[in-house]
Parts: sequence; C-alpha cells; structure tokens
Amino acid sequence: MRKEKRFHIKWIMVMLALTASVLLCGCASSNKGVNGQVIVYNWGEYIDPETIRMFEEETGIEVIYDEFETNESMYPKVESGAVAYDIACPSDYMISRMIENGMLSEINYDNMPNAKSNIGAQYYEQARGFDPDNTYAIPYCWGTVGILYNRTMVDEPITRWEQLWDEKYADDILMQDSVRDAFMVAEKLNGDSMNTLDPDELTAAKDLLIEQKPLVQAYVVDQVRDKMIGGEAAIGVIYSGEAIYTQKENPDLVYVIPEEGTNVWIDAWVILKNAPNKENAEKFIDFMCREDIALMNFDYITYSTPNVAARELIEDESIKYSEIAFPDLSQYENLETYIYLGEDGDSLYNELWKEVKAH
Amino acid sequence: MTSKKNWLSVPYLFWSGLFIIVPLGMVVYYGLTDRTGAFTLDNITAIASAGHAKALRLSLLLSLVSTVICFLLAYPLAMILAQVQVKRHNFIILIFILPMWMNFLLRTLAWQTLLEKNGVINHVLSFLHLPTLKIINTPAAIILGMVYNFLPFMILPLYNALAKIDGNVINAAHDLGAGHIHTFFRIILPLSIPGIISGITMVFIPALTTFVISSLLGGGKLLLIGDVIDLEFTKTSNWHLGSGLSMVLMIFILINMVLSAIFDKDGEGSML
Amino acid sequence: MKNAAKKIYIALIVLFLYAPIGTLMVLSFNASKTRAKWGGFSIQWYIALFENEEILRALFNTLVIALVSSLVATVIGTIACIAMTGMKRQAKSILMGITNIPMLNADIVTGVSLMLLYISLGIRFGMGTILLSHITFNIPYVILSVMPRMKQLNPSTFEAALDLGSSHLNAFFKVVFPDLLPGILSGFLMAFTMSLDDFIITHFTKGVGVDTLSTKIYTEIKKGIKPEMYALSSLIFVTVLTLLVLINLSPDKKEKK
Repeated sequence: MRKEKRFHIKWIMVMLALTASVLLCGCASSNKGVNGQVIVYNWGEYIDPETIRMFEEETGIEVIYDEFETNESMYPKVESGAVAYDIACPSDYMISRMIENGMLSEINYDNMPNAKSNIGAQYYEQARGFDPDNTYAIPYCWGTVGILYNRTMVDEPITRWEQLWDEKYADDILMQDSVRDAFMVAEKLNGDSMNTLDPDELTAAKDLLIEQKPLVQAYVVDQVRDKMIGGEAAIGVIYSGEAIYTQKENPDLVYVIPEEGTNVWIDAWVILKNAPNKENAEKFIDFMCREDIALMNFDYITYSTPNVAARELIEDESIKYSEIAFPDLSQYENLETYIYLGEDGDSLYNELWKEVKAH
Repeated sequence: MTSKKNWLSVPYLFWSGLFIIVPLGMVVYYGLTDRTGAFTLDNITAIASAGHAKALRLSLLLSLVSTVICFLLAYPLAMILAQVQVKRHNFIILIFILPMWMNFLLRTLAWQTLLEKNGVINHVLSFLHLPTLKIINTPAAIILGMVYNFLPFMILPLYNALAKIDGNVINAAHDLGAGHIHTFFRIILPLSIPGIISGITMVFIPALTTFVISSLLGGGKLLLIGDVIDLEFTKTSNWHLGSGLSMVLMIFILINMVLSAIFDKDGEGSML
Repeated sequence: MKNAAKKIYIALIVLFLYAPIGTLMVLSFNASKTRAKWGGFSIQWYIALFENEEILRALFNTLVIALVSSLVATVIGTIACIAMTGMKRQAKSILMGITNIPMLNADIVTGVSLMLLYISLGIRFGMGTILLSHITFNIPYVILSVMPRMKQLNPSTFEAALDLGSSHLNAFFKVVFPDLLPGILSGFLMAFTMSLDDFIITHFTKGVGVDTLSTKIYTEIKKGIKPEMYALSSLIFVTVLTLLVLINLSPDKKEKK
C-alpha cells in the first residue's frame, strides 16, 4: 500500500510539472493598450487575426476578442450584461431582434469615413430589410444560401429547390439542420415568403419537409462542407461562402442559386447600447472597413465582402468576377433576408420543425 | 463522532445549496412560468405532446440499450482487470480515461470519418472484399456513439468495486465447493452492487440528455429529448419550455434515488 | 488459452476506445484542411500550432482550470462522501439525488442557470466563474467514484486504530485514506477529464478573452475546425501516454533492485 501511495505522489508531481511548464509558455506578454481597449464579440474564425494585431499597433487600443458559435448563444450573453461588450457581429434577423429590444447604439457615420465610402450602396440597401434606416449596422460579410451538387453524381444540372424532392436522389441529399434554413427551402418552393407567419403556408411547408424526410441522408450544419468534398452525398444545401473553398478541394462540385429564390444573409457590425468604449468601437469598425484590411479578411474567411473598394483590390480575376462570391443579385428573383419573427413566431416555427424532426 | 460527521458535511451542503439548489430554483421558476411571468403548467405538460413524448421514448430506449451494452462490455473487462496487480491500478484507470482527453467534438467527428459511406472502415472492408457497413445516420450509430462516450464511466466504478473484493472470500467459496457460476452470482455480483449502481447512474443519466451525438452520428434524423431541450435554449430562446422539460427529466433522478435506496440496504449508514 | 482470450478481449475494447484517436492523429498529418480528403503527408499544422499564441493560451487556461477545479472538487467530494456515511439513510439518498442533478441536467440548463446565479450575486465573469462552475459539475463524478469504495470499507479497522490510541485525523490518513485512494484518484481523473471537455457551461460562465480549448473548437464550427486542433490533441495524447508508460515502468525497476 505504501508503495502505491508513493507512486501516487510521483504521479501528481508529474502533473504539476506539466502544468508548470505550460504556465511558463502561457505567461507570454500581452501588451496593454495605451489608448484603452475595445471588446469585440464575433463568430469563431471570422476574422484574420493579423488585422487585429495591426489595429492594436496603429491605434494603441487593446482588443479583447471573444467568439461565439451561433447567434442564439451570443444573444443571452449580451442581453444579460454578464460581460459588457462594445461590438458584436450578429446576423440580420438577430440584429432586428436586438434593435427591437433596444440593445444597440446608433452609428455615427461622421466618425467612420471608411464605412461610409467603402461599403457598397446595394448592401446598405439590402441591410434595410432588418435595419430600416441603416441606423445600427454596418455590413461585414454577406452571402446566399444555395445548392451545392456533385456533377458526377447527378443526371442533370440542379437548378431548383424542387429537385431536392426527386426520389432518384434518395439518401443523397443533405439538408441544413436549422429551423429557418430548412423552412426557407420549402417556403420558397411553395412560392411563399420565408418570413411568413401564415398558418396555412407554414403547414404546407411542414408537410413538404416531412414528405422529403425519407430522401434526406442527414440534417447537418457545418458538415455539409466535409461531406460534399468527400463525396458522401450528391446534393447539399450550403452557404455560398463555403462554395469557393469546397470547389477548390473537389472540382466536381457546382454551386447554384435556385430559381425559386433564396435567402440573402448579412452579418454586420453593431455597437452595443451599454458599450463601455464607444469611441474605440467606432475606430475598430472603421478600421475593418478599410479596403486593405477588408481584403485581408476576405482572403482569410472567403465569405463575400460588401466592401466594394476591397473587391477592386482582388488580383485573382476569377474570384473578383466570381458569380459565387459576388453574384449580381438583380438577376435573381424572390431573394429575401430573414427578419426576426418575434418570440411567438419563433416558437411556432420551432414547434413545426420539431414535428418534422420527430416524424 | 457524529458531531464531527455533521461538521464534515458543511462544505458540501453549502456548495450544493448555492450552486445546485439555487440554480435549480431558477430552472423551476422558468419552468413554471410563461413569458409574461405568470404561473403555468404548460411547460411541464408539454412533454405529453406527440413530438416530445416520442423524443423521450426514443431517448429512454437508446440510453437503456446503451447502458445495457456498456454493462455487458464492461463487467467482464472489469473482472479481468481486477485480477491485475494492485500497483497497476493507476495505469489501468488512465488507459480508459485517456481517450476522453481528446475533445468530445473531435472524437465524435472522428467516428463520423470512420463510419461514413466513404469512410475509413468501409474502405478497409471493401479492400478486403467484405460487405460494407451502413450504420451512419441510423439509431445504431447513435448507440455506438453513446457506448463509446460513456463506456469508461461504466468500467471505472465496476473496476473499483471488483478490485476491492478480497480474493480470500472467493477462494473460500471455491474451497467450500461453490462452482464458478455459483461464486459469481452469490459472491462477486452482490459485492459489486455499489459499483454497478454508480456505473448505471453515470451512463444512463448523461446518455438520457445527450444531444450532439444524435446530430453528428444520427444525421439529425432522430430527435432525442436532449436535442429538444437544446433547441429550446439555443435556437428558439424559449427558456421556459426548456426548463419545464428539464424538470420532467428530474423524475429519473428520483427513480435513481429510489433504486439506490432499495439496493443499498446493507446499512452502511453505521460505517466508520 | 483462457489468458489469451482475456488479452484479446482487453485489446478489442482498447481498440474500440482508441480508434477515433488514431483517426485524429492521422488527420493531424493531413496536408488538406478538410477531414474528408487526404491531401498528402505534412507537418504544417504542427508548425502552425506553435506559432498560434491564441491556441497556446487556450491550452494554458484549459489545464489550469481543469487542474484547480478537479483538485478542489476532489477535496470537497471526498469530504462529502465521508460525511455522508454518517448520515441517516434518507438524508443520504436525498443528498445523492441532489448530487446527480448537475449530471442529469442538460449542460445548457446548468450553464444558463449558473450564469443567472452569478449575475444575481454580482460576481464578475472571468476565470473565477469558470472555476466555480467546473467545481460544481465535477463534484458528482468524484462522489460517484469514491462512494463505492466508501461502502466497501471495513469500519473495524478505523475503530481498531482509534482503540490503539491513534487520533481521528491520524487514523483517517493512515487507515481509511489508503483504502479510498484508488477511488479518489479515479474521481480526480474523471473530474479533470470532464473539465477538459466541457464547452457549454464554460461558454455561459466565462468572461471575455478567457478561452479554453473546447470553447475555441466549438466556435470554429461555422468555418470548419482548424487542423491545428488535431495536432494539439495528438501532442497532448502522446505526451500523456509517454509519461504514463515511463512512470509505470520505473517502480518495477526499483523493486528488482
């Protein structure tokens, strides 16, 4: 028994030594900002870390950077005031919810020359769907939701949502595992709005999704990317930002915006009402709108940038004029942006979605 | 002695009061109110709705099957391990805990890579001209994921309990003419009951509310009760319904308490 | 023959437990960023890993949180087990039931309710709140590991020690503690492991800029998990395994001398 005890002590010593060694490398200096700080809350992997470093160097403002993985997990943290963030980068419908609940502070464009000049007018226009007078949000990334298909695994080009109901693709279809995106597909197919709250339209959409369920291989979120690259499925619903990357990994993949119309989404910077460092927040957002910085971020995350000045700087012609990264939205019909449906609306969608999933 | 015992229980009573009971009170508050703050039982009775009841039944079934499989796999293993020398204890324990040091999400994604249609296992099988495996996106894959994740929680308490059994007791039984089977059912099994209860608790209870496994390995085509609760909190932001459904699951803690009390009658309350 | 069967059985279970880990290690050498395609052998992710200050800091946070929270949880949990043996059956069952609550509750429920608790208590979010939360969900694992040992204790040894003039504390550390140690150790390890792995509770109870490996991995979901994480996991795994084998070998040698 004694031997065993000595053995334990030794074991614990090793653990401590291991931690201590990590402690040493963890003590790497963090340069405190001479001009205060700014606290940013963004999606994971949604910025080129180098741009943050450059901002800190140029302005002397320390950036405290925090990440979230969904709009819905971001919201309660900001709302509860557990941490006072300055800036967040939510999606369209979440921004309209935050506006509705008075959580955002108005943008002063006079302090943000880059935001005023570099972001394309059409994107501000698009943002009015959730922020009617462009009072609160400055677009950061945008894209569409469309179909990615593997041309070696289908008989004819896929151009319509309708083809996701074709029985010959049974077990070869990947759907998005999120309420709004799944219902959007069915609603668009029915020719309805994807923000509808009409009970009949919603029931019709639900029935359509239940009808499709036996054909669906899996409901997934981020893994559409990997599964399509690996040839697991023939057709998948995916965000346009992933399309360029997946095509690079597997040249057989084709991205289309379906004829019935789809969702145009925007993730945008907002300054929070109770932001402790408003001025620094303005500087940070404006810095991110500078064309060279926006270009760095576009290269890093590959999601379409609304920064037209940055797009001009793209050297690779095939990307600069890419129909996937920068589609001419005026050519498509029935494009819409999500808006917040209210708590009752959300509950209604969720109830129906659970019926689909439990079926 | 008794007074000393009472004093010893203070830290944990304080801790569980502040960090378990008070937060639980908040869950109960949310569970019993609606958005306007008015009292309601709707969030509790919601469990009876078709979708929720089906999800609960499915969760119960899958976690029950997983617990049984874990038990059947772990018990013989724990018996074999219990015969190994005492000083190897820590090594054995670590071998079974170490896989869990890899992040849960990474491990589960790795299973996806292994099980997929074009996955590693199927490549190997087709190379050997064997029929391929089609379990990804089925309940079988979810059970595999649950067994994989919770097996160590069954192995360790069983091993702990079995290693503690005095070999002399077993020898004595053999000397007195008891066969292997007899010895097992009359001596080993009863003596390991505390470990069995721990093991079942640590597998069944977490398996009941798990949610990531069903979406990663089950293809999101089966809705478990854990998925529903997660959905209510993270997607719909309906904390009231989520809390209400969580409260319903507390019933299983109560059942567990009753079961422990029944099987635990050797009166170790007088111990020490 | 029987021994061979036993060994094969152990090997099969170990294979089952380590198969995905082997997969991850292979993926860490994959030149392609996606797990779905083999792009050739490369050690680029290992190089990238050591240049990534954020990941290293997250590793540091993760280890500190796991170590501190599991140590505290082990102490509280072990004391609780000892205290519980002195309790009435009913009181004990109820306390055990309460103990199981953090384990049963979906993580998200625990996370959100703890967040609300800290807000109402006015505690500043940061490392401290993460630690408090981790200790809370670690205690049940300690108690469930120590309790079976406790039940199998032979009470007369403790009494014998007392009769022989030992003090309570001394008798405890000399007689009871060694018997409990395997349970305590596995409880500690279990707690350490749970803490390493937790994501949701940490997400809701962390302050800004305090990231753990889990929170980093989960937030990477939208854009795809960075292969550096595979590399880091493989390194951690190999390091611990090597240490484990080394320590396990050394006492043997001493014995032979």
